[in-house]
Amino acid sequence: MLTTFRIRRFNPEMESPQPYFQDYQLVTERSDTVLDALIRIRETVDESLTLRCSCRGAICGSCGMRINGHAALACKTKVASMVSSDETIHVEPMNNMPVIKDLVTDMAGFWEKIRQVQPWLQPTGPAPEGEYLAAPEAMNHLTGVMHCIMCGACVSDCAALEVNPDFVGPAALAKAYRFVADPRDGNSSSRLRELNDPGGMWDCTRCMECIEVCPKGVGAMDRIMTLRAKGIEHGVPSTCGSRHTEAFADIIEQKGRLDEPMLAVRTFGLTNLRQLFSFLPMILRALPRRKLPISGPLFRPIPGIDRIRRLFRRAKEPR
Amino acid sequence: MMTTYEFDVLVMGAGLAGLRAALAAHQTGATVAVITKVHPVRSHSNAAQGGINAALTDRGDKWEEHAFETVKGSDYLGDQDAVEILAQEAGQDILALEHMGVIFNRNEEGRLGTRRFGGQKRARTFFVSDFTGQALLHVLYEQAMKVRLPVFEEWFVTSLVKDEQGRCGGVLAFEIRSGRVALFKAKAVVIAAGGLGRVFEPSTNALICTGDGIAIAYRGGAPLMDMEMVQYHPTTLRGKGLLLSEAARGEGAYLLNSKGERFMEQYAPNMMELASRDVVSRAEQIEINEGRGINGCVLLDCRHLGKKLIRERLSQILDEAKSFANIDLTEDPIPVCPGMHYMMGGVKTDVEGRCWDLAGAWRGVPGLFAAGEAACLSLHGGNRLGANSLLDTVVFGRRAGRCAGEYAKTLALSRISNGVVKDGENGIKKILARPETGDTVARIRHEMGCAMTEGFGVFRDEEEMAHAQQTVGSLRERWNRVAIHDKGQVFNTSLVRALELDFMLDCAETIALGAVTRTESRGAHFRTDCLNRDDDHWLKHILIHHRADGPPQLDFLPVRITRWEPEVRVY
Repeated sequence: MLTTFRIRRFNPEMESPQPYFQDYQLVTERSDTVLDALIRIRETVDESLTLRCSCRGAICGSCGMRINGHAALACKTKVASMVSSDETIHVEPMNNMPVIKDLVTDMAGFWEKIRQVQPWLQPTGPAPEGEYLAAPEAMNHLTGVMHCIMCGACVSDCAALEVNPDFVGPAALAKAYRFVADPRDGNSSSRLRELNDPGGMWDCTRCMECIEVCPKGVGAMDRIMTLRAKGIEHGVPSTCGSRHTEAFADIIEQKGRLDEPMLAVRTFGLTNLRQLFSFLPMILRALPRRKLPISGPLFRPIPGIDRIRRLFRRAKEPR
Repeated sequence: MMTTYEFDVLVMGAGLAGLRAALAAHQTGATVAVITKVHPVRSHSNAAQGGINAALTDRGDKWEEHAFETVKGSDYLGDQDAVEILAQEAGQDILALEHMGVIFNRNEEGRLGTRRFGGQKRARTFFVSDFTGQALLHVLYEQAMKVRLPVFEEWFVTSLVKDEQGRCGGVLAFEIRSGRVALFKAKAVVIAAGGLGRVFEPSTNALICTGDGIAIAYRGGAPLMDMEMVQYHPTTLRGKGLLLSEAARGEGAYLLNSKGERFMEQYAPNMMELASRDVVSRAEQIEINEGRGINGCVLLDCRHLGKKLIRERLSQILDEAKSFANIDLTEDPIPVCPGMHYMMGGVKTDVEGRCWDLAGAWRGVPGLFAAGEAACLSLHGGNRLGANSLLDTVVFGRRAGRCAGEYAKTLALSRISNGVVKDGENGIKKILARPETGDTVARIRHEMGCAMTEGFGVFRDEEEMAHAQQTVGSLRERWNRVAIHDKGQVFNTSLVRALELDFMLDCAETIALGAVTRTESRGAHFRTDCLNRDDDHWLKHILIHHRADGPPQLDFLPVRITRWEPEVRVY
């Protein structure tokens, strides 16, 4: 089929360099990946088209880029799965990192954030003479996270990072999880305390894009949620994030639906007057429109609340 | 802008061998840096799927068995002193990796679990699902981050630099991102830049496997050894040549021909699908050639292994088969064929990774070390056993790194004039300034790959080899004139690919020369015009020396035999 590749290009050596789009038309086969097509373009049409690629088999993580608006590995994305005949496929460099040239991004910041979580095993005490004993399930579970190839797709498409560059990001948090969940690592508590800081595990906004775009099924956001739960278990100092989580669950258990003003008060704390006052304009706007939710004792539990509470009890039972 | 860097030890390549060597050198107290053309975790060690061998004595295994099977696998071309070290030190290195954090598969008691691999009677392959290489590489990189090892990422090494005494004094390289040329002075250089798969088309190897380290050492004066020994892996996908791990057969998968027969019964009645790789590849090729294949392939059948086992232990190839061949391994057999996979030969080293001989039996370059696929001890001889390559990288990467570190401490930095930087810059300028000829680097590379596969495949004969050798010669002429279309300084991958092709052509020449010279069939080198192994004449290695003015020079070294006299090799 005839496919048009609309590629975002950028050459820093041009006079007043600006990104621009360039179209290439190519006949593609059903089996062709986007990487096959890009390589064909650079080998037969335009040698200057610049991208990173190596293994062709989704294991080296070099060819992360955005294809039709979402980050993916070019080597794992079939052209035919993205477009029908005569349609245009958009190829752009990854987001949330500076572009060096064409589809090549600067990943120094990405690696800086990986280093921030101290990504190496920190056992306590001397190593055993033989191997560490570990349950096979625990190790099997970790292989899921170890599948991460550091391609950057999750970081590229992370909505939280786009507005909050200090966020350590999904890849680094998944990596942190890999150690927190490792029975051989002796440093879980201090790791979790570090991740409890601003920029850490509570800054994820749970948009799920990292799960969606990960080419290896690492499920970064799920790992982040488990980190949060483990943080609370380990008694890390409460944060807005952890209080929000606990208050949310507590309110639902008590009332069966969300008491939003109460959630805000319990998340930010009654003494955080500045934060609470900042809601005033919103309250004043909501009031005449009768959108101000009732709260506290006036906010009654829903009928059948017992059934909800039973669910909670069952969920809390040890498995 | 800085044009000179100085270290005690410089390691070229950041795959398993490179990182292991760098960490070992770092432990000696030497100042160490790694220089690599890709980020470390992009290295091709990633692609090793199945596992890493070790005979752990505390579970009744014997290192002698592992060593013998390695020697037998090598078709008695492996040097037995090196093989003994490999097998003896395997256990300690597996445990060291585990202590660093590798999440090896466990058995029910929580201890390290094993699977079977080809050419070995006992299950002694330790593994992380079927992405063992990746799991190891990422852990070694974690250790590199831990000790803050300086890594020059995306720097392309163009040549070795030697001092007036002929000692290795560092390398010349340019930063791909800026085009900046710099001299890296070092008392010891460790070449750990991997294999040369892209010399062939197709190959299981990544696009970065272009023999840079091998060619640089060769041009710098170090001899290459066993270059005719090219491994064809029995289970690769037709077309692009992606690898399907031997772990599939290790877990019990069958190979079937078009009649549905487990044809390995005819070729290796005892070991069946787990005979050594050269044997299985040849068997497949015979089936295909005699009309019992399916579109140039045979079938790999995993269905009877069950979904649970496939998902847990073969997850990556399950995914790979789905993505790249649109086949569900749990439902259907998958067509596979032999594909170029590994270079047994490489830069000749001793058991400490030194590319020079203290005893003087062969000559090389003092100060130069090599490890991993780029090196040739020779450990794998005529055929490498599956899961011995990862082991090779960690055992001999460690030894080379330690020896390089200790060696560097005894020396002063050699004096090298900064003029070499100018020479390097001019060399690149000259290549970039070549006028348009209508030819392209990609075309030359492709023609070389096809010619090499044609001439130096699973079966070889004099006529085909001579033809391929001639083609490679004419492609060298074309390389000398080919133009680079991207003239920029920043991330000029066009230039990088041209320089890689230059290296690959050197590698191709030496493979061809080794193959036409060895007039027997041994291991992966199988000649239909010399069918038998000839221990009387060829129980020796072929060494190839580069000469700037004239054809390469051949040299021979006897195989070192410690305890296993050559026997007839049956599986």
